[in-house]
Amino acid sequence: MTDQKPLLSVRDLQVYFHLDEGIVKSVDGVSFDAYKGQVLGIVGESGCGKSVTMKSILRIVEPPGRIMGGQVLLSKRDHPDEYLDLTAMNEKGKEIRAVRGGEIALIPQEPMAAFSPVHTIGNQIMEAIMLHCNVNKNEAREICVQSLKSVGMSMPEKRVDSYSWQLSGGLRQRAIIAMAIAGNPRLLVADEPTTAIDVTTQAQILRLLKDLQRQREMSILFITHDLGVIAQMAQYVVVMYLGRVMEKGPVDAIFHNPKHPYTQALLRSIPSAQKTTKTKLPTITGSIPHPFNKPKGCPFHPRCIDAIKGKCDVELPVEYIVGDQQFASCFRYEKNEVNNR
Amino acid sequence: MSDITFTQRNIPAERLLEVNHLKKYFPITSGIFKKHIGDVKAVDDLNLYVNEGETLGLVGESGCGKTTASRCILRAYEPTAGEIFFRNKKQEYVDLAHLSDKDLRPMRPEMQMIFQDPFGSLNPRMNIFDIISEPMLVNGIRNRKEREERVVDLLKKVGLRPEYMVRYPHSFSGGQRQRIGIARALALQPRLVVADEPVSALDVSVQAQVLNLLMELMEDMGLTYLFVAHDLSVVRHICDRVTVMYVGKIVETAPTEELYYNPRHPYSEALMAAVPIADPRLQQDRKGLPGEVPSPANPPSGCYFHPRCSYCKDRCKAEVPELREISPNHWTACHRAEELSLEGLKK
Repeated sequence: MTDQKPLLSVRDLQVYFHLDEGIVKSVDGVSFDAYKGQVLGIVGESGCGKSVTMKSILRIVEPPGRIMGGQVLLSKRDHPDEYLDLTAMNEKGKEIRAVRGGEIALIPQEPMAAFSPVHTIGNQIMEAIMLHCNVNKNEAREICVQSLKSVGMSMPEKRVDSYSWQLSGGLRQRAIIAMAIAGNPRLLVADEPTTAIDVTTQAQILRLLKDLQRQREMSILFITHDLGVIAQMAQYVVVMYLGRVMEKGPVDAIFHNPKHPYTQALLRSIPSAQKTTKTKLPTITGSIPHPFNKPKGCPFHPRCIDAIKGKCDVELPVEYIVGDQQFASCFRYEKNEVNNR
Repeated sequence: MSDITFTQRNIPAERLLEVNHLKKYFPITSGIFKKHIGDVKAVDDLNLYVNEGETLGLVGESGCGKTTASRCILRAYEPTAGEIFFRNKKQEYVDLAHLSDKDLRPMRPEMQMIFQDPFGSLNPRMNIFDIISEPMLVNGIRNRKEREERVVDLLKKVGLRPEYMVRYPHSFSGGQRQRIGIARALALQPRLVVADEPVSALDVSVQAQVLNLLMELMEDMGLTYLFVAHDLSVVRHICDRVTVMYVGKIVETAPTEELYYNPRHPYSEALMAAVPIADPRLQQDRKGLPGEVPSPANPPSGCYFHPRCSYCKDRCKAEVPELREISPNHWTACHRAEELSLEGLKK
């Protein structure tokens, strides 16, 4: 995978929110690459900046949030070696609108709020199709029905004319996926796509996303806080905490050989089938700091058991190579090679 | 009180709570005369018991009636029918379902609730002292000094600094707020605590802290928990026995390990298989259940699970299965429980 060029490359992205009370650095130097046909998982707790990262990729960060630095590079469809810098585009311009929905599509978190209740789902999906493909209304409807069929909706010819409130949560989530894939995107950004639905329905949706990804050779950027879902879905995992990447690596390495103290502590603290029940769970002390009083130095140092005084609370660690394709930003690995990419 | 005490009833001595045939129907009305056209059977014939000192997990998907059931048990909702026996301090069994409000008042301190949403369950205009001491005030502890002492004690118990007493909820994080909610629930030294999804709104790194706290308090204060949750790995970690609900009915009750490794109802099996395991090496071949949870206003005939069940036979479509004990302490409501060999979690 190393010699392959990434489909999407996020480099040193910085997104700040300028509030009256001060500046909140929601995303502070985040870098990762997504490759073709890969499911990239971004995992983190609330306030870690995973959703803001997603929004910056699509350029839909609402003010007072602003991208202050870094690049989001997307390879061109016809010339995979050439890249478009999404951060340089006008966020209301023609270029980015061709990317949104056409190249990168979003599956939002809330299936309830994503559809307009006064238009049929067919109309809304057709609108997206007609924006990105050069087709007339009848053809768009045809594509729409096909798309609904491919997400496993029964009776797509009938459902195309129903309203979102006539569908159950699972079906609505399927309709959103149908809308997202209708423009034939190369990258699907899924922002907590299954948190609002039940486990048995969640299993269906996860399976559907996996099947679609294989059939269409799409890449998926999968954002969630659920470590179980990440383990089952992703091939490569980015672990974020307070706006920074703590560790990234192949899924097996992250779960079986985590290097960063945060990843290690996080995995220890979840109850799982392997652990004996009724025992005390190892915890991470303290709680996630408020973004206004983000600690100096490594953001995790106040909760870290291995924090080095005078170092972790002063300097920011860079990314060190800790394994094959695995990087951790922690001074523990100071002697390792630095990731220069 | 004599007509509502049932000491002569055959209830085993270790029971703290025994619920028999509990029903809660919400009427559906229509038109200007509010004509009664049907019922949402949120809880339909629920039978369960909780022994003193144990944790019973109540699991199920959204809309299965687990929250309604727990609120009926505390009489936060008026049950439509059924009996709720609770052993009071005099070791007599009292039927909470049929107590008048006046007779219920002295029982209230013994049963408390921890809520899911740490942001919605604390009044933003009251400080922490007021929040935690309000139950004491309501129950006749008027002396401010005494209340203050107890609040300090409680805050220490849940791992918060007593100085925080004068602060307001907005200055606390989610995990700290949940601790405040727990302190409030424990203010009157209850014996039964109903915890309704106490950790589902918390971040993973904080969730473990609160689970540890709940287990510690259980030992220190001799509590009994009814733990309502949808996260099966959390339930497995802290519960002794687990009850699985589906569309208002219990489908299976068993000791935790037994239920997870040897489920005897197809729905429990599907639920186990659907939970994503946090280990990429255990790639699950998730069949997933077809279809969706039916509406409790219009449930299917026979066994409510039959349209989604891959083991369904004609009998399942016609007859409602009874909850029966198929091995000691293992109850299931499936016609075919004996003949099926179901798969649970792998060891």
